[in-house]
Amino acid sequence: MNNTIIEFLKVHFRAFIREPGIIFWAVFFPVIMAWVLGLAFTESSVSNNTVFVVGNIEKDTITERKFKVPGISSEVWYNFKSATTSDAILAMKRGQIQVYLAQENGEYIYHYDPVNQEALKSHLLLEKLLEGKKQFAEIKAVTTPGGRYIDFLIPGLIALGIMNSCIWGIGYNLIEFRMKKLLRRMLATPMKRSDFLISHFVFRMFVCVVESIILITFAMLTFQSQLQGSWLAFIMLFIAGVVCFSGLAILVASKAQSSQVGHGLINAVILPMTILSGIFFSYHNFPSIIQSIIRYLPLTILADGMRAVFNEGAGVSIVLFPVLLLCAVGMVCFLIGMKIFKWY
Amino acid sequence: MSAIILNQVSKSFGTLKAVDQLDLQIQQGEYVALLGPNGAGKTTLIEMIEGIQKPDKGQISILGKNWKEHEKALHKEIGLSLQETKFIDKLKVRETALLFASFYQLPAHRVDEVLASVNLTAKANAFVYNLSGGQRQRLALGIALLNNPKIILLDEPTTGLDPTSRREIWNILTDLKAKGTTMILTTHYMEEAQVLCDRILIMDKGKFIAQGMLNELISKYGEGDVIEFTLNNELTTSLDTLAGLKKITWENEKLKGRIWVESLAAAIPQFTALVTGEGLEFLELECRKMTLDDLFIYMTGRNLHE
Repeated sequence: MNNTIIEFLKVHFRAFIREPGIIFWAVFFPVIMAWVLGLAFTESSVSNNTVFVVGNIEKDTITERKFKVPGISSEVWYNFKSATTSDAILAMKRGQIQVYLAQENGEYIYHYDPVNQEALKSHLLLEKLLEGKKQFAEIKAVTTPGGRYIDFLIPGLIALGIMNSCIWGIGYNLIEFRMKKLLRRMLATPMKRSDFLISHFVFRMFVCVVESIILITFAMLTFQSQLQGSWLAFIMLFIAGVVCFSGLAILVASKAQSSQVGHGLINAVILPMTILSGIFFSYHNFPSIIQSIIRYLPLTILADGMRAVFNEGAGVSIVLFPVLLLCAVGMVCFLIGMKIFKWY
Repeated sequence: MSAIILNQVSKSFGTLKAVDQLDLQIQQGEYVALLGPNGAGKTTLIEMIEGIQKPDKGQISILGKNWKEHEKALHKEIGLSLQETKFIDKLKVRETALLFASFYQLPAHRVDEVLASVNLTAKANAFVYNLSGGQRQRLALGIALLNNPKIILLDEPTTGLDPTSRREIWNILTDLKAKGTTMILTTHYMEEAQVLCDRILIMDKGKFIAQGMLNELISKYGEGDVIEFTLNNELTTSLDTLAGLKKITWENEKLKGRIWVESLAAAIPQFTALVTGEGLEFLELECRKMTLDDLFIYMTGRNLHE
């Protein structure tokens, strides 16, 4: 590596460590998120549900009741509250309840949105509860590594971290340099443009490696996560992810002249993928037309690939296609970005 | 020998002729000041010399080289400071200079040498965002000088600085002149052009409308004094009878204006008598030798700082 690249790497490193906020958001925030979400969805917990009952509550049939699901220490509670129909509808609109019961001719009628999965689940549980006959022997809690929510989450968070780090780190930096006229000033020297861009790529690779090592170590120690597939496949995907999002970052930052426009553009790229690509919750509940688009978003490709390696034991041959696809997306974005890049 | 030669250089942006068939020769070791209102074409001209813009027509030769064939060599010969370059806040002064030094493959001791020459040795380990305006400009200047350039292009290097900081920069630039450096400087300060430069070029609408030393310019385009005034009410009498009157320009009809006269001594008593005779009062009154600003208004009818 030549002198200029090394000097640039020092510059990026100093700018990074001298801004404690960056370290927090880049390194510790994903860990905290993994911890909170991991605990929330993995540890045994008491879930409290409220059900509104329109009409009289008969003391002997409906009172405060709870379920104990065998196999895990999870408890599900249902609190019944007397309410009017309009109260119940309002509470439902606000998301405070999923289901309400209305008493008609001595029978209870369930009211809920049939496409709401949570409501459907409540219906089934409530039916059992109110019959009060059966235990829930047929419900089995999933406890083996690979199938838990945390196992779904960690590979996604690594992918998300790569995307955020590359697009914010490279993209915002380029826009800032342009705004400060530093790009223009540097171009008035014999500096090679490639040295400048390579330094960004190398530094982001370094940052992503550090972030991911911390996150994976945390997940292994706290949640006994395992990488079931091949480490080589993981490393290939990782590099392809950095290539892809570095290229995308250069495209995103190729024109923006102000930090407001930059913020907007970066968010426009990052937010849809963060939401749609199934990082926190599976995208399989989206309509199938949308799913066929989501499947080809770079973040989806990376996150799905990471999950295959972590949880399904995938090897190099399985990740080869996503790796090539990500690299190709990165290269195309990079080339278009360079073509339209505004240096001054 | 000429350091910079422009031959019939033109550059347009859409229908706007930013630079219109300019010819210019700058000798090696010559310091030239470039003046003109915003939009006169100064920046476009400087950027073409910097190699950032390409002329539509005409040739630019710098030290016998052109941008098309000798880009790398020319980058090594030219040092520049932009209007208000902002460096990386979280970087220290010496670190910033080291980064730029790496572009020229210069050793670290050259950085220390340059920081000493712009009086920033004591600030070498200060963060850039903690520097004062003057220190920032000296850092920008130091970075422009890292590669020992034969030509320096400075865009308003002292705008917004206090007189002490400005003088500090002037001293650095005066020292450089002894080394035979060629400089083009854009400035809004007439005094700066006068102190530093051998020649003043006044630009307007893409052309040079005058050039020479300040006294040359003034003797060529009209010597004299200026009365600048503001009245509390409209003047009804004509000023045409004023002794030695050369020109009147009004900023605000009959209320605020400038009068160019051959001699203040003759014109002032007559002018004040005329104003007080009408029962009017001066809200402002300033009399002075003609400055570059006055000269510009005299020539174009517009203000240099517009």
